[in-house]
Amino acid sequence: VARRQSEFILVIPMGGKSMRIVLCGWLILCCWSGAAFASQVNVAVASNFLVPLQSIAKEFEANTGHELRISAGSTGKLYAQIVNGAPFDVFLAANSKEPQRLEVSGAAIAGSRFTYGLGQLVLWAPQLAESYSSIVEVLTSEKVYRLAVANPTTAPYGAAAIETLKKLGVYDDIKNKIIRGENVSQTYQYVASGAAQIGFVAKSQIISQSMSHENASHKTYWTIDGALYSPIQQQAVLLKRAENNAAARQFLEFLQSREGRAAITSFGYGLVDSGLVNTGLVSTGLVNTGLAGNGLVDHEKKP
Amino acid sequence: MMEVTGLDMQPLWITLQLASLTVLVLLLVGAPLAWWLAFTRSRFKIPMESITALPLVLPPTVLGFYLLIFMGANGAGGQFWTAMTGHPLAFSFMGLVFASCIYSLPFVVQPLQAAFEGMDRRAVEAAWTLGASRSRTFIQIVIPQVRRGLLTAVVLGFAHTLGEFGVILMVGGNIPGETQVVSIAIYEQVEALNYGAAQQLSAGLLLFSFIVLLLVYGVNRHWHTELKI
Repeated sequence: VARRQSEFILVIPMGGKSMRIVLCGWLILCCWSGAAFASQVNVAVASNFLVPLQSIAKEFEANTGHELRISAGSTGKLYAQIVNGAPFDVFLAANSKEPQRLEVSGAAIAGSRFTYGLGQLVLWAPQLAESYSSIVEVLTSEKVYRLAVANPTTAPYGAAAIETLKKLGVYDDIKNKIIRGENVSQTYQYVASGAAQIGFVAKSQIISQSMSHENASHKTYWTIDGALYSPIQQQAVLLKRAENNAAARQFLEFLQSREGRAAITSFGYGLVDSGLVNTGLVSTGLVNTGLAGNGLVDHEKKP
Repeated sequence: MMEVTGLDMQPLWITLQLASLTVLVLLLVGAPLAWWLAFTRSRFKIPMESITALPLVLPPTVLGFYLLIFMGANGAGGQFWTAMTGHPLAFSFMGLVFASCIYSLPFVVQPLQAAFEGMDRRAVEAAWTLGASRSRTFIQIVIPQVRRGLLTAVVLGFAHTLGEFGVILMVGGNIPGETQVVSIAIYEQVEALNYGAAQQLSAGLLLFSFIVLLLVYGVNRHWHTELKI
């Protein structure tokens, strides 16, 4: 019995000390989460829209006093996290599939979904100095050993690139040159590092890079005709937990406001014109951000 | 929040907290487990050893995916934690500690088990026969004998958690100030094409890891020469 007791004595002081440390850590955490404002909006954003969002967030925060907490990731991973209860209020995806699924399953507020920007596909060739008369000529050039394309099964820009190659009728000729990036960011890195001579990337990447670096090489790119690929609709939804979060609704309104739209286009995204795609953008409070809360619900789509 | 040359150092701070807390928890849980594995004759020994080694074999994304389901709002672990504390487990700092403990478990248990197995048990038994209590034996006989294994366990557990990426990518949610550890922050900077910031964070992590390892191997060598004398 004596042995048993001493064993316990040995364990308890250790346990007590570490428990105190654990409790301290826990308390610090509680203070942190307690310090968060009620008007905080947690935004999950697809990586390709992170840089524009950071700039839009500054403007939004200055205008409204609300705070945006931004978490970036791939659309698929963020989707899995949202389904498993991640504390996000707004989801800005790189496509329309995941937002749609969230809306159907009830994880997103019905009617809150809209296209905040249209991805613009470009063919980027920082190393090619000569002039070419057509994109096909660039793609089939002997100087091009490697063409970087994002994985078409997961990345919308990759799917659009493959679609473009097929429409141009060169896919079979050049498919051996293709290297696949995990996503459009990695695809950009392949070209930036010189591992691939050319690549299909997002126009927004070129623009945000040329904003931060005055580098002439960024400017060698061709914008792909939108008729060659199905539109890359980057959609936003309000998530279930933010149903009563006025700040989150206000942020979505802001994205659709004149200021928000101007910022989005300045980063190289297209916008949906009224009538083209039913997105809820049409006739929402485009200018007046004070409409928050009503604009979204009014535009619930008919099934 | 610390700011160094305009760079947010918070992810580094969170990573240090995470790695320290993980090692602490793992020592408390892992040492008894390692002791048991070292001396048991139970038929559950082999299955338990296999389970302990699983995180070594599983790709982090697989582990992370299972943990995400287990710790999520609909998972058993998530629901239990929420019932106990009122907070969700996944996408919180505590969730990261839990996930890291699973992820780094073999890195703490295996060196400890090896150290316990390699102990001179005669010294332990001699201490007992001389009337030393179990706690005194543990502190004065066992710990000095296994201290190098203990150091290895602490360093490997700490370092492995420091470099954790795949699991946290799945269960962390990349929330700044809470679950955005340094590896995730670097990844995000690379994704956002901010290669400069990514390089600064990476260099910080590299330098820090090198200093930690340098100190540890220094201490280890010191002990080694001490033992020879």
